[in-house]
Amino acid sequence: MIWQALTLQLGYNATLVALGATLLGIAAGVTGSFLFLRKRALVSDAVSHATLPGIGLAFIVMVAMGGDGRFLPGLLLGAALSSGLGLLLIAWMMRRTRLSEDAAIGAVLSVFFGAGIVLLTVIQSMNAGRQAGLDTVLLGSTAGMLQSDALVIAAGGAVVLLLVLLLRRPMLVVGFDPDYAAVSGTNVGRIDLAMMGLVMAVTVLGITTVGLILIVALLIIPPVTARLWTDHALRMVALAGVVGGLSAYVGAAVSATAPALPTGPIIVLASFVLFALSMILAPARGGLALIRRQMRFRRRVHRRQGLLALAVGQTIHEPFTLALLRREGLARADGVPTDAGRAAAAKALLDEARWAALRADPAHGLSASRYDALTRIETVLTPDQIAELDRHLPRPRGVS
Amino acid sequence: MVAIKDVNPVQAAPRNEGVQAPPPALSVAGLTVAYGEKPAVFSVDMTVAQGTMTAIVGPNGAGKSTLLKAVLGLVKPLSGEVRLFGLALSRARDRIAYVPQRASVDWDFPARVIDVVLMGLHRELGLLRRVRPEHLDRARACLARVGMQDFATRQIGQLSGGQQQRVFLARALVQQADLYLLDEPFAGVDAATEKAIIGVLKELQAEGRSIVAVHHDLSTVRAYFDHLFLINTRAIAAGPVADVFTGENLQRAYGGRLGEAQLAGGTLTG
Repeated sequence: MIWQALTLQLGYNATLVALGATLLGIAAGVTGSFLFLRKRALVSDAVSHATLPGIGLAFIVMVAMGGDGRFLPGLLLGAALSSGLGLLLIAWMMRRTRLSEDAAIGAVLSVFFGAGIVLLTVIQSMNAGRQAGLDTVLLGSTAGMLQSDALVIAAGGAVVLLLVLLLRRPMLVVGFDPDYAAVSGTNVGRIDLAMMGLVMAVTVLGITTVGLILIVALLIIPPVTARLWTDHALRMVALAGVVGGLSAYVGAAVSATAPALPTGPIIVLASFVLFALSMILAPARGGLALIRRQMRFRRRVHRRQGLLALAVGQTIHEPFTLALLRREGLARADGVPTDAGRAAAAKALLDEARWAALRADPAHGLSASRYDALTRIETVLTPDQIAELDRHLPRPRGVS
Repeated sequence: MVAIKDVNPVQAAPRNEGVQAPPPALSVAGLTVAYGEKPAVFSVDMTVAQGTMTAIVGPNGAGKSTLLKAVLGLVKPLSGEVRLFGLALSRARDRIAYVPQRASVDWDFPARVIDVVLMGLHRELGLLRRVRPEHLDRARACLARVGMQDFATRQIGQLSGGQQQRVFLARALVQQADLYLLDEPFAGVDAATEKAIIGVLKELQAEGRSIVAVHHDLSTVRAYFDHLFLINTRAIAAGPVADVFTGENLQRAYGGRLGEAQLAGGTLTG
């Protein structure tokens, strides 16, 4: 059943819903990347929670006007209005009071969410059609989703993606260096506003699929995951889109197999699996790579210290260093250097003297700044430069 | 918006008498900037002639960076007027370039050196134009000018402080501006970088461009700059380095904070 769902064999409706969710996931990952680069990821949490009272009010208004309370465009409009109000409140609190951003976010998030829950309770007690399902906006569900709903979500996701593509350059410049962006004529406030607007659009579109409590995960986890794999901003954005799209697709497809299963948690868990794998496996920033680098660094430090100790005639007693040197045949079990060890030690001492000469010469500032006691001087200077350096070197002892 | 000029000890800029002298690269009149209820810069007048290289010097907390930021429109002044080449800031943006303090950004941002330099072109490129080979060539040429051509594809997080500062300068160079405004360009950089940066700045000046830099190292003022603007909330003195860089003026700017040794030592005689 799950396999059928993942390969889109559960019928036209389920396929449409899965594709809509995928597009939404891509839009969320891509938009969230810019939010993450601007270091404002948490704002999305306030944006999403602030949608709830708007949804409740929209439902009540639509029912009072004799319409269908669950008419999606109406609910989305209400959600957008109230989260927009929440955003304005956060901006106002930060400007007018001395509250920091996280405090303002916390205040707005909880008050709006509380008001929304009260409204939902009121709605439960109303005798209007289909209100029983309104609490799916909390955790998301694709079970009752209409074709038209899926189309609205897909179209909205596509529009958001286009706008992000258009604004990518100013958003990156503002994310890296807002002051510089402002001086070169970018209206930083307006770019931030546009970015928050796009985040709001993704949130509102994601309410029915992912649910408003967990949409924040779809905005944050994909960029964080992508960041582990690349140091290039636009590649990170693209990769975040892939992670978001994949997670949303898996979540929508799996929840199509079991209508009682809320979609949001599955999407979040799927993206978390991708994040956890990246955390461990990513080549530069992942955990395994980090441990491997630390161990390698430790070995290099001990090896170098050991050689320099041998060079001045000390014997090695520290067990880790001794083991390292013995493995390379540089020292005997009693800590006395072998012939190879003596040669390597002399080379280490000569290199230190070369480095010292290099660092004393202001003309080599940039090369000298690479000194960290471990970097091989051959990687910084050409053989000619080293020979030139050696001509001016006082001969250290121990070099034949 | 009225500057209290009569109590300001700085001489007013000489009026352009006669025919069509070029407007000053920068002119500031009666500028006051306050944080909360404490003025950081008070009623400052300043004129920077085109083609000069000016150091803004003063003790810590004297409003040096604030003055620069007000000129750039980054902080809103309480009163006063700023003109760049005789124009309001909004009409002069194409002619100025800013080099912020390198500590003002997060260098863990996912970008390569060349990406940061290309950000200098974002105003020129706008939203829709693509980065073309000629843009890349320009960015690489600017990197070469600061001696960083071999670092184009390096992650910015891997750069040393001096290298970061050079990248920031390259990003400003690519804008081909007429006035360069730098905030502490020599703070915490290695000697080679300092030499490279001052070399580029002197080249820019030789091309007729103007330079204004917030500077903190009194020992290099004479060697690096031809004009000096001393500030300690109020403008203390302004003019050619030879006239302004005197023990008396420095004492007035720094008060007791300037040690006797610094005054007597190589600082003033060098």
